[in-house]
Amino acid sequence: MSQNNANQFSDLKRFEAKLNAPFQAIRSGLRRDQVWPFLLPDESKVNIDKDILLYIEGLNLSFDGFKALNELNLYINKGELRCLIGANGAGKSTLMDVITGKTQCDSGQVFFGQNIDLLKQDEASIANLGIGRKFQKPTVFEQQSVFDNLELSLKANKSVLPTLWAKLTPLQLDKIQHVLSIIGLSKQAYQLAGALSHGQKQWLEIGMLLVSEPRLLLVDEPVAGMTPQETERTAELLTSLAGERTVIVVEHDMEFVRSIANKVTVLHQGSVLAEGSMQEVQSNPEVIEVYLGEEAATPTPPATKKTISAPNISKVSLINNKEEKA
Amino acid sequence: MTLINTLFGQGKNKLDSRQQPGQKTLPFVAILVISTLLACGANLLLPESSALYVSTHTITLLGKYLCYAMLALAVDIIWGYCGILSLGHGAFFALGGYAMGMYLMRQIGDRGVYGDPVLPDFMVFLDWKTLPWFWQGMDQFWFAILMAVVIPGLLAFIFGWLAFRSRVTGVYLSIMTQALTYALLLAFFRNEMGFGGNNGLTDFKEILGFDLQADSTRVSLFAITAFLLAVIFIISQYLMNSRMGKVILAIRDGESRARFIGYRTERYKVWLFVYSAIIAGIAGALYVPQVGIINPGEFSPINSIEIVIWVAVGGRGTLIGAIIGALIINYAKTRFTALFPEAWLFALGGLFVLVTLYLPKGLMGLWETIQAKINKPVPEAKDEMKTGVSS
Repeated sequence: MSQNNANQFSDLKRFEAKLNAPFQAIRSGLRRDQVWPFLLPDESKVNIDKDILLYIEGLNLSFDGFKALNELNLYINKGELRCLIGANGAGKSTLMDVITGKTQCDSGQVFFGQNIDLLKQDEASIANLGIGRKFQKPTVFEQQSVFDNLELSLKANKSVLPTLWAKLTPLQLDKIQHVLSIIGLSKQAYQLAGALSHGQKQWLEIGMLLVSEPRLLLVDEPVAGMTPQETERTAELLTSLAGERTVIVVEHDMEFVRSIANKVTVLHQGSVLAEGSMQEVQSNPEVIEVYLGEEAATPTPPATKKTISAPNISKVSLINNKEEKA
Repeated sequence: MTLINTLFGQGKNKLDSRQQPGQKTLPFVAILVISTLLACGANLLLPESSALYVSTHTITLLGKYLCYAMLALAVDIIWGYCGILSLGHGAFFALGGYAMGMYLMRQIGDRGVYGDPVLPDFMVFLDWKTLPWFWQGMDQFWFAILMAVVIPGLLAFIFGWLAFRSRVTGVYLSIMTQALTYALLLAFFRNEMGFGGNNGLTDFKEILGFDLQADSTRVSLFAITAFLLAVIFIISQYLMNSRMGKVILAIRDGESRARFIGYRTERYKVWLFVYSAIIAGIAGALYVPQVGIINPGEFSPINSIEIVIWVAVGGRGTLIGAIIGALIINYAKTRFTALFPEAWLFALGGLFVLVTLYLPKGLMGLWETIQAKINKPVPEAKDEMKTGVSS
């Protein structure tokens, strides 16, 4: 009798549990401290076991016979701050175009981490993987306020419907406010971006990169048109970012490169000419030959110790232009 | 908290000085609703001899203008905000109109000239024996309304998906939209299409059992049009003030930049295009019972170009501007064509040239400059601009 009773009891319990299951599911689905899994931002797993964030191997690209990229190999470590230098037409911006999906390359491989083939992705998904880009010419949305520019760049689900319902969370507001103070545009937050000065636009674009919390920042000529003070602040900012994030900077201003870079890659005619610390690169005979042309080709020992400075660069670009024309 | 306060407190003042669109939504909707109610009341309640009496003819005319205003709103959303110049929006308008026209045709029943209980007159005339498949179900009001929304939306989706995915922009896209509406014009002219050919659909008797000629029906149609215009206006305003609206502006001003931030711009464009086409379809469906006819002429490219002119005159990128532009130009058209019927197109063309040259922001832009002059520039704001530019 008692056994029967116990059986009945457990049956009843099981039945009750069954009855409760859907309610439990609903309740757990409505918990306010959780987010539904399908609403979570897609944290694509980037495999960086080997500490290398970006693999570029055997990249080739030619425009009407002109080889913009020629068997280019480049590896960027996680948390590194790498400077790319090279004369005009050396392939720096083209390389960035290929990484961000703007340009299709002819052959070669670009991997983000060990597992994500960037060549198979379009611009939007590359951006959502966490690769942010600052363009050579500052491109901000001029008809919208500084604040809106930053809001648009926030790391968020960027599909159509989530964007329609999107509201700024206090956290995001803090983030924007924080970035505004970093880039020194707090006072201009509600000004149209088009009314900013050139340098301020550069900063705004850097700010747009910062709020998007990218893993890899591609920064194309960040200090063009900036005053010395602004340049200094940019240098500070970029060095402070390295470590946590990976930064690739393309720059012509040698002083600036020297002030931030611990590793420099020199591109020449679409491939890597030299790589190493600024010191090593400067004393590399090939680099000197390319950069200083024929005069430096004759071995004059003091020349190797001479630092490469901006005027020389312009000379090189002149030489290169001649070559292209010829 | 102070952070939010400073942000929003500061923001509010500056946004005020910057003429943020959306501020005038409520007053505008209020004006629209009140004038609609007044017009309806003046028609139904006042005796015809009264000085304030609004004739049914005027009511119908106003209803027609409001349909045009809705259509202008649709074009403004896609052109003013997203920079996609569609020269074929008349096609979506006409498709919506045809859906409604088919319903109204089926409502005639056996009261037609030939007295066929099912087949519309023109089919009897063409000696057709059975109703074509696409006329099935159109005797149901809800189904016809659904089609007035779905068909333009679907066409816009297919067209937009193909065009935007291939990254067709600018003039090429405009020409394609123009070709789209022209192709539909030619197709609907053919009798074999089953839409009444050259004559289109007309001789409507009643809608949902209400006599289309009755004053009360006409006033109701006008009121419904005004109400829907207000609703669509508010929804669109919400859309444009949301983050999605900001993305859409970003696409207009720098599509590739928006892509590099991570937005799939073609999807935004497709859905906005569909939204716009649906509004145009609704406008068409409201237009047909009020004017009593729909024919292939509505597909003609010139109509679509005219819509663009309404928006340009009103001020693109401002929803209110599009509505006002459509109302003013159509009123002018009614007046002008009564006086000099031949000169209207020249006047319209001249107006377009003048507006492009001297009023690039349209009437809304003019209104803002006048307001700014009255209010006198605030010195503080001026200083800020200076420091902003110099530093």
